Amino acid sequence: MVVDHELAPTEADRVFHALADATRRDIVTRTMGEALSVSALAAGYPMSFAAVQKHVAVLESAGLVTKERRGREQLVRGNVRTIHRATFLLDQLEALWRDRADRMTQVLAEDPT
Amino acid sequence: MPPITIQKDPANRAMTVTVELAAPVERAWQLWADPRQLERWWGPPTYPATVVDHDLRADGRVTYFMTSPEGEKYHGAWRVLSVEAPRRLEVEDVFADDAGNPVPDLPVSTMVVELREADAGTTMHMHSTWPTLEAMEQVLAMGVEEGLTGALSQIDAILAAG
Repeated sequence: MVVDHELAPTEADRVFHALADATRRDIVTRTMGEALSVSALAAGYPMSFAAVQKHVAVLESAGLVTKERRGREQLVRGNVRTIHRATFLLDQLEALWRDRADRMTQVLAEDPT
Repeated sequence: MPPITIQKDPANRAMTVTVELAAPVERAWQLWADPRQLERWWGPPTYPATVVDHDLRADGRVTYFMTSPEGEKYHGAWRVLSVEAPRRLEVEDVFADDAGNPVPDLPVSTMVVELREADAGTTMHMHSTWPTLEAMEQVLAMGVEEGLTGALSQIDAILAAG
């Protein structure tokens, strides 16, 4: 097996760092259904507008949310594509391991002792 | 099909596979401890695995290659982190060069295997974590998924037949 590109630091590292924080996970969840302004988000947390803005910036750099300007407001919208990617990859790895477990059973059946 | 339970954790790039095996723990352990048995299940029939070195001790190394239908060889290795035969094994799976030497840097995955006595024989837990999405992709890009497609359709057929 040949590795033909650098592994770190990656988009994935930023994604999982971004999701390591409970407030940021909550922001992603809340903005998946509808875009919310930073001030609307800030009203939901016991922290300053600036602190929420920082969380949004971390999420944005990981590609987990996008920001768009509407009038004087910045709307934050959740982007679950990257999470979907991890889920999709795990689904395929699951298939790989199901296949392996199946072959383990075959080996035991063929050579019981 | 053996009874298999799979727990997936996308946020942590982790998965635990639990399989019930109709064999005693000592026998099931041989699936990992005997290189000839290991190579019978590690790779799919289309990408058979050949185990070269097999030193299943802490700091030991297991090297293997998988052969594509075109005859191309893909080398990999395990760095053995800890072994408690016949109950527990912890290894890092890494890419390797043609001589079987691990390519430095990142492991492709870390695996913890645990075997426990059960009514039916042995419950085997296999917990895998991948450091990045790219590592997960590389495992799949190795051609393994081509072998899977066939196996999956077989599984589907069995399930459909009830």
